[in-house]
Amino acid sequence: MNINGTVVIVRHKEHIDKIDALIIPGGESSTISKILAKSGMYDAIVQRVKDNTLPIMGTCAGCVLLAKKIVGNKGEITSLRVMDIEVERNAFGRQKESFEKSIEIKGFSKPYHAVFIRAPVIKKVWETCKILATIDKKIIAVRQKRFLAFSFHPELADDFRLHRYFLEMFV
Amino acid sequence: MKNLDITTLRHGTALVKKGFAKMQKGGVIMDVINYEQAKIAEESGAVAVMALERVPADIRAHGGVAKMADPKIIQEIIDVVSIPVMAKVRIGHFVEAQALEALGVDMIDESEVLTPADPFYHVDKRLFTIPFVCGCRNLGEAVRRIWEGAAMIRTKGEAGTGNIIEAIRHQRMVTSMTQTLKDMEKTEIQALAKEYSQSYVNSIKTLTNQKVKDTSIIFEKYSYNTVKKEIVDILKEIKEIQRLPVVNFAAGGIATPADAAIMMQLGSDGVFVGSGIFKSENPKKRAKAIVEAVAHYDEPEVIAEVSKDLGDAMPGIEIETIPEEQLLQKRGW
Repeated sequence: MNINGTVVIVRHKEHIDKIDALIIPGGESSTISKILAKSGMYDAIVQRVKDNTLPIMGTCAGCVLLAKKIVGNKGEITSLRVMDIEVERNAFGRQKESFEKSIEIKGFSKPYHAVFIRAPVIKKVWETCKILATIDKKIIAVRQKRFLAFSFHPELADDFRLHRYFLEMFV
Repeated sequence: MKNLDITTLRHGTALVKKGFAKMQKGGVIMDVINYEQAKIAEESGAVAVMALERVPADIRAHGGVAKMADPKIIQEIIDVVSIPVMAKVRIGHFVEAQALEALGVDMIDESEVLTPADPFYHVDKRLFTIPFVCGCRNLGEAVRRIWEGAAMIRTKGEAGTGNIIEAIRHQRMVTSMTQTLKDMEKTEIQALAKEYSQSYVNSIKTLTNQKVKDTSIIFEKYSYNTVKKEIVDILKEIKEIQRLPVVNFAAGGIATPADAAIMMQLGSDGVFVGSGIFKSENPKKRAKAIVEAVAHYDEPEVIAEVSKDLGDAMPGIEIETIPEEQLLQKRGW
């Protein structure tokens, strides 16, 4: 991407103190939630968000974990509650209904080819949260302050524009 | 003006199928036989569950023809958990696969743990919208399954034994051959592709009793030439990236957190635990411990900590004591 920096994988709470920005990628949100809690990373992230020193980009499961509200959550996920959004998990359906599609993102001149895997949808946004992209009125990309959430997987595409957007705007 | 491309929604593409498998990376997929177990697996941090009628250890003990699980059980599990649900079909049984796809299963395991249905061919996995995982003992089996459209590969190991030795054998077979590819020249790779295509050639020879030519159709709509050419492409990619081009899990005999972690250190992207959890003394505790061991596979302190006081693991079987014809890993080709 021609941007200088080091990519590290965070697995411990100590790692959280050493990074400038965090990406929470796809995976199973319930599993990631448990690992965050058990490792102490949950508290470390919440603290840095409170101090306003940690920009975060969340994709798919990461988007779910950033949300203040999760539709139908019976306690299997403890989200970080950093963005004013309500998210519905697996909102397009099961893997059969997973898809790829070119989408338009606010501020991007060319379409972005996005991959949706058992993807969540952002049902509601409030406060200062801004919508960046939708499919059939379903919200799939949002931005609020130093946080970005996407219901698809930029990590599965060869197109680094969203990573660049995150890094250049926030870091 | 909207670009036409903007309106198209593409389901079941290779990217979508392989993408699903990638989202399982670093995780543990657990065998469950009912929704109660599925709930425990989810609460323990499993990234997905494999819905079965019997775990492999019981399939081994039960004998008879092992088939796709009762869709009622699978449906109950789908209704109860929010994580993906996978299920097994017999090798080559594409109608069991169609039924599971219709049911809404997220991934199909074309598995040697069930009794094979087709003596000649595995399922043509490209024809399905949902992704498949398939077992392998070596790079040849892995490459054939990838060519047939598998989105994930796992070691076969020896399921239902609680004995890790075969899974390690199969992981090492794949890794060593992948390294060997690095120094192979074009002609050597072509020869290897020819060798890896042989099982299709053997099947069609048995079926037709004819000499196989380059233009002969040897699997579904594919000619011998096409198969060789596409296998060369897969081998070139493996040579280049020095790993399988799809997600690679460990399976077959994983019983302890350390078993799971050794597979990760040997290059697996995640693990399947079959009988190892619900055949042990304390399934919940063991399930959580294995999830943590996989997340922190290269941190001995964590492995030591989570391995404490788990109660008895499943008893386990020495591979040498299993009669040759009862080895599950020999199924498939």
